[in-house]
Amino acid sequence: MNYLYYPGCSLEGTAVEYNISTKRFMREVGANLIELEDWTCCGATAVESISSLLSLALPARNLAIAEKAESADEILVPCSACYLNLKKVEEKTKKDPEVLAELNEILAEEQLQLKGRVRVRHLLDVLSRDLTPKDIESRVKKSLAPFRIAPYYGCQCLRPYPVFDDPESPRSMEPLIEATGATVHSWKMGTKCCGASHMNTKMEVGLELVGAILKGARGADAIVTVCPMCQINLEAYQNKISKINGEDLQISILYLPQLLGLAVGLQEEDVGLDLNLAVSKEFHKKLTGIDILA
Amino acid sequence: MKSRSLKPLTPSLKERSNHDSDKGRNMSQSPQKENEYETSPPHDTLAPVKDMVRACIQCGTCTGSCPNAFAMDMTPRKLWRMVLLDRKDEIFQSRTFTLCSACYYCTLRCPRGLPLTEAMGKLKQIAARENLKAHKKSIRFYKSFLDSVRRHGRVHEMEFMTLYFLSMKDPFMPLKFTSLGMKLMGKRKVSIEIPSREPNSLEAIFRKVEEMEERI
Repeated sequence: MNYLYYPGCSLEGTAVEYNISTKRFMREVGANLIELEDWTCCGATAVESISSLLSLALPARNLAIAEKAESADEILVPCSACYLNLKKVEEKTKKDPEVLAELNEILAEEQLQLKGRVRVRHLLDVLSRDLTPKDIESRVKKSLAPFRIAPYYGCQCLRPYPVFDDPESPRSMEPLIEATGATVHSWKMGTKCCGASHMNTKMEVGLELVGAILKGARGADAIVTVCPMCQINLEAYQNKISKINGEDLQISILYLPQLLGLAVGLQEEDVGLDLNLAVSKEFHKKLTGIDILA
Repeated sequence: MKSRSLKPLTPSLKERSNHDSDKGRNMSQSPQKENEYETSPPHDTLAPVKDMVRACIQCGTCTGSCPNAFAMDMTPRKLWRMVLLDRKDEIFQSRTFTLCSACYYCTLRCPRGLPLTEAMGKLKQIAARENLKAHKKSIRFYKSFLDSVRRHGRVHEMEFMTLYFLSMKDPFMPLKFTSLGMKLMGKRKVSIEIPSREPNSLEAIFRKVEEMEERI
């Protein structure tokens, strides 16, 4: 399995453990990730608030670079915001040749051209459809049976383009979590918005949204995410939110490939677990208490 | 450029000043006349948003699906009606459009299949282009982000937050983020170094986009 790989800016900064664990876990299951050369920012969610044309041009540049690399025709994207921006270009250029022509006029500035040959895929899409739960089960060295895990999907890997899961009631993470031996925490908050950049510009609204998600996770040992924005919103403000709500809402937050990596026997540092902002002592304790399967 | 979906949001300056003198213009009826330019952009800037929501049947599915509706002073359903009625003052004095976090629930569920999240984005673009004072926090945040991208090709989180704090000129604002900043630095996830200009600047692409947006 060869995939072109677009990590995106967050995975070089606040979400570096998502990068580490994605690469390491994919290698573990025999997938080959080829990082795009000279990739640039997709525009994140900020660009749509400034210019529609730029919001397509920035991801288009990366897709054009991906097309030049002939080693694979699918591009794997772990960040949901990057994924949606790239996917939007794929969808819009497929439907409207005029959009494609306009983007190519811009890309000509860098002697690049977009034809529409590369398929954009979210990490969760690849994990849930290109692998089978058996692929993971057969590699499990550390059964995560003592853990109850809440799957958090967030928004932009599901909506507005329903590609690999039901955008209202997604289930794609469940077989993956179960394959590790862990129990799935059943809840209704897995598709609710974390507030995205509200935490920076309208913090009181962000705190309210994240508070509701943390409350929904009561009883779980950890929430797993597939997006750097969701991850940092869920992990970084737990003290403040606990104080506002008058109850302890602290919970461990992991990226999905970190959880899967731990199950297949990778060490905590192999999946960058020391870099997370919210991994509780109890979580570590449970983890070290598990015997490694022969 | 013929594409409808990529039509620029604002008319050229010349067109705009013509519209400004239209007698049918209702902005002069605003009770807050002195502030009107700070909150209200010129006349027909709403046209592309109107095109997107013209088929709205006012069912309220968008409001019922919106995670941020609780914090809005005008529901999304009402906002679309205001767009169609050309009530610019109400729209841009309200903070409803700035509260869209692009979760795409409304877009997914709209029974008329309207691109409502995109329409919210268009309203944000109008506010940014007109540099409306009432929304300066969000506008500066997005602009700081893109400044960083334009220069370096990739986002440097610490630089862009620094640009944002500087542009807000609020000495207390960074304090809200100090503890997170320290945590991130402790994990060596961000550094306080501001990177120098790098070869993968996106200047050419940004310029070309600006040129094309001016063209019509």
